[in-house]
Amino acid sequence: MRFDKTEIALLGVGVALAISGLLAPGWLIFLLTVALAKGLVVQGVVMQMRAGMVSFGQGLFYCVGGYAVGMGGQFLGVSSAVLLLVLGVAAAAVLAMVLGLLLTRYREIFFAMLSLAFSMILYGVLVKGQALGSTDGFNVHSWGLFSGPASNPTMTIFYLTLACAAVVAFFLHRYTRSGVGVVCEATRENEVRVEYLGLSPRWILYANYVVAAVVSALGGGLTALAAGHVDPEMAYWTTSGEFVFIAILGGTGSVFAPFLAALVFALVRTYAIELVPNGWQMILGITLLVIIVFLPKGLWSLFSRKKEGAHS
Amino acid sequence: MKTVSTHATTFARRLSAGVAALAITASALAAGTAQAAENGKFRLGIVTFLSGPAAGPFGVPSANAAKVVVDALNAGKLPAPYNTIGINGVEIEPVLIDEAGGATKQVEEFRNLVERQKVDAVVGYISSGDCLAIAPVAEELKTLTVFYDCGTSRLFVDNKNPQYVFRTGLDAAVDNIGAVRYLAATHPDVTRIAGIQQNYAWGQDSWNDFTQSLKQVMPKTQMVQEQFPKVFQGQYGAEISALSVARPQVVHSSFWGGDMEAFVLQANARGLLDDAIALLTCGESAIDRYKDQAPNGMIIGARGPFGAFAPENELNTWFKTTYSGAFTMAPTYPATKMAHAILGLKYAAEKAGAKPGSVPASDAIAKAFAGATFPSVSGTATMARANGHQNVQEIGYGEYVYDSKAEKGTLRNVKTFSGDCVTPPDGTTSDEWIKADFPGAKCN
Amino acid sequence: MQSLFAVFIDGAIYASWLFLVAAGLTVIYGVMRILNMAHGSFYAIGAYSAASMIGWYFADGSGNAWVSFLLLIVCALAAGLVVGTIIERGLLRYMYGRDEILMVIITYALLLILEDVMKIVWGVSPYFAYQPYTALGRVSMMGLKMSTYDLMLIGVAIVVGGALYAWLERTTLGKILRAVIHDREVASAMGVNVAKMFTITFLVGATLGTLAGALTAPAISVVPGIGVEVIVLAFAVVVVGGLGSIEGAAAGALLVGLCRAAAVHYAPEFELFVIYGVMSLVLAVRPQGLFGRTLARKI
Repeated sequence: MRFDKTEIALLGVGVALAISGLLAPGWLIFLLTVALAKGLVVQGVVMQMRAGMVSFGQGLFYCVGGYAVGMGGQFLGVSSAVLLLVLGVAAAAVLAMVLGLLLTRYREIFFAMLSLAFSMILYGVLVKGQALGSTDGFNVHSWGLFSGPASNPTMTIFYLTLACAAVVAFFLHRYTRSGVGVVCEATRENEVRVEYLGLSPRWILYANYVVAAVVSALGGGLTALAAGHVDPEMAYWTTSGEFVFIAILGGTGSVFAPFLAALVFALVRTYAIELVPNGWQMILGITLLVIIVFLPKGLWSLFSRKKEGAHS
Repeated sequence: MKTVSTHATTFARRLSAGVAALAITASALAAGTAQAAENGKFRLGIVTFLSGPAAGPFGVPSANAAKVVVDALNAGKLPAPYNTIGINGVEIEPVLIDEAGGATKQVEEFRNLVERQKVDAVVGYISSGDCLAIAPVAEELKTLTVFYDCGTSRLFVDNKNPQYVFRTGLDAAVDNIGAVRYLAATHPDVTRIAGIQQNYAWGQDSWNDFTQSLKQVMPKTQMVQEQFPKVFQGQYGAEISALSVARPQVVHSSFWGGDMEAFVLQANARGLLDDAIALLTCGESAIDRYKDQAPNGMIIGARGPFGAFAPENELNTWFKTTYSGAFTMAPTYPATKMAHAILGLKYAAEKAGAKPGSVPASDAIAKAFAGATFPSVSGTATMARANGHQNVQEIGYGEYVYDSKAEKGTLRNVKTFSGDCVTPPDGTTSDEWIKADFPGAKCN
Repeated sequence: MQSLFAVFIDGAIYASWLFLVAAGLTVIYGVMRILNMAHGSFYAIGAYSAASMIGWYFADGSGNAWVSFLLLIVCALAAGLVVGTIIERGLLRYMYGRDEILMVIITYALLLILEDVMKIVWGVSPYFAYQPYTALGRVSMMGLKMSTYDLMLIGVAIVVGGALYAWLERTTLGKILRAVIHDREVASAMGVNVAKMFTITFLVGATLGTLAGALTAPAISVVPGIGVEVIVLAFAVVVVGGLGSIEGAAAGALLVGLCRAAAVHYAPEFELFVIYGVMSLVLAVRPQGLFGRTLARKI
């Protein structure tokens, strides 16, 4: 197997982060964990964006992944983090296979709004579910990597998230350059021509939708394990909106972009909250606006601009 | 081939440079705050809503109350027994954080408060979901945390053996048990009851507690209509029609903030409140804003002996005067609750046996706090439930009256019910206690 | 019988409000292809400025309800024009031609910023501007007491909808705008100043947003966050009706309004799902919305 530069860099950054995990203060480790986990959810958004579909309802799978972790511990007595994550991924895959049949018939804003509607319906169901604590949600039971409870959950979840992120990023990188990945981009550019080539864009988008759902659910499960709490807000449209925001912030240029953007977003937000408790939304909005206006292809264009210049 | 490898190296270099830059920025900022943290002051994290719909009615009055109390404590200006400087002789440095953004974000910010900002204790949290999520983290980080407002009955059910988590606010079940007792005492003949609640945990739990209690205390009543509009909907035209059609005698609502004020305004304008008495468990928080837009005789509560229901004592007189002086309005219940929580923390910290002028350890404060009885702006509080981690106090309800000459809303027919009359004993959930017809309740 | 009547009248009132909120969104989307998240902020700014204006007008305790009603409208127009101009001239015009999704995110950032700007200007304490609402009194219909102000909203919505429709269908400017809606490039090639059309459209859309807010202010308590709450509602109505169509927005508002009122009266536990249920059902049957045009796919 030959590795290209992105894959080597991936390994390098992964190792660097793993080492910094030994030195960094607790809060930074937690922030990194959540940023990486949310970065995974954003990967799902970006995958669909590459195919020209913007999901304003990716919170649906984020929430399914999170609730699977919470309910698996609560009702099934599962204490293995790995098993809980598998549970979430499986649930999301099944749900995506059903919803995908309908959703892949839609494009553009209609896809965005319909995915939002499904996410909000899940939100409504969870709000109605008083057994699950309604909007208050509930806490995730103590867990361990393979059986619980872990002696140091903060570090365990950090390394677990890092490992998941690295592995998923590796496969996504390969995926985007595989046949399916390339056809996805072609579909975004011109769906009719893809059809003329004898391919079925709908089934390719369908497969892409399901894979994106699985990746996002993994991110949701990891977030739930890290935060120790799940609530219906995970499926609320503002949560999904935040993922789209982070996706745009990073750009679709590389598998690194969503993680980087999630990290920048988290850092800007936490320092804005600390320094300007009464006006952090404005600081966040202005920072992001500036980034979007000056780097319309996302933060990643800082790293790839030179390359593009060489091509053109 | 050569160009590719050049690209690869440039790329790798840029990437590592970027990551390094981020790491340096983050650690530099971290070092900056950490340094600020080691200044020998008592750093007190204060978390409440500064943005969103809960900011106006709850968050900002609470933050204002925290400000006046902390300033006065640092100047040693409070009446006895709180007339010593700061906390245990150490000046308090407040660190204010916005509670908006959901539980995951609040867990993150709580960790930042403790590990980056090095706070010595945290007072805060309005949202029940945030409290549930924060409690295990506070225990994990061994940080003394005082929940001042959130009401969920599940707090000490999920977290059975609390060490560092305390709640100086009352359990939400108390609101509705108290409301039923008030109704039974003042309107024993009503039979037709309706309810309108925000469709989320708070509204659902409130309505559940209220209807269950009503079945025990006033068995002749029947529920003629229940409405669950979306939270923050703001417009209740259809709901008011549906309620009017059912012709209730009492309309119970756990609405708060803008939703509550909008509902009162619309229901009053449309005549629903001419025929039915409104019973608002959080009604006191808008007592200065209803003016003549709410009917006289509307029953309002303050979720305990807070705000306009706080008893007259030296501490409360001081608090009301200082607060009104600084913010041109009397403190509403969220403000009193915040002051109450900070005083509780100060009381415990000073009983912790640390050398005056030093910051007491969390363990010592926690030990002194558990089961403590402390004087407060709300009378006398006793940490008497959940192994001494949950405050038990009386709850008051009363009728709203508008004094058109003074242009001021006031209370009449106030009745209070002792803590033991409305609070479930340890070892039983509020739901079980209500269904068993309040065994062991001691009512005055 | 009484409750059936109530469903219709409550549904009509709520539909009018929904239409007022959604109209600006659909106009902007139709012409500019911007799904404007900041529309919620316009709504909130309209509500806040109206509430301050009413508070000032009634400060000495007297005032005329009809005058105050006019004041609301004037206030909304002024706020919409000022805020719309600042945002369009100051920011958006440099962004035209960017990706549709990028525009959504830009307006989302604007929403965040404006949320705090409003906090700085108006604070977080609730504003009450009830005088126009209560001064107009109430009327009894079939044993139901309805607020006159609410009923007037129906009239306002009809007037606004009619005016928009006439503007787009009957005037030269409207014809030009429709040309831009239909095909921006061809319109531009025919000599239409598209940038100018965009400015006009954005101002109209923004003003419709502030108008909706200003007309709602007297019935509610104006607090931070009210803008965020209406965005998804407005989106849903617009999508149900078909993006960019005034008739569609009206039909969508009516459908959602009536369904919601029916749910409140007959099945309150389903109220939470109504809007998303309606949206899913309509899109399942008509993927382009009720009045949406199906576009030919370009090769």
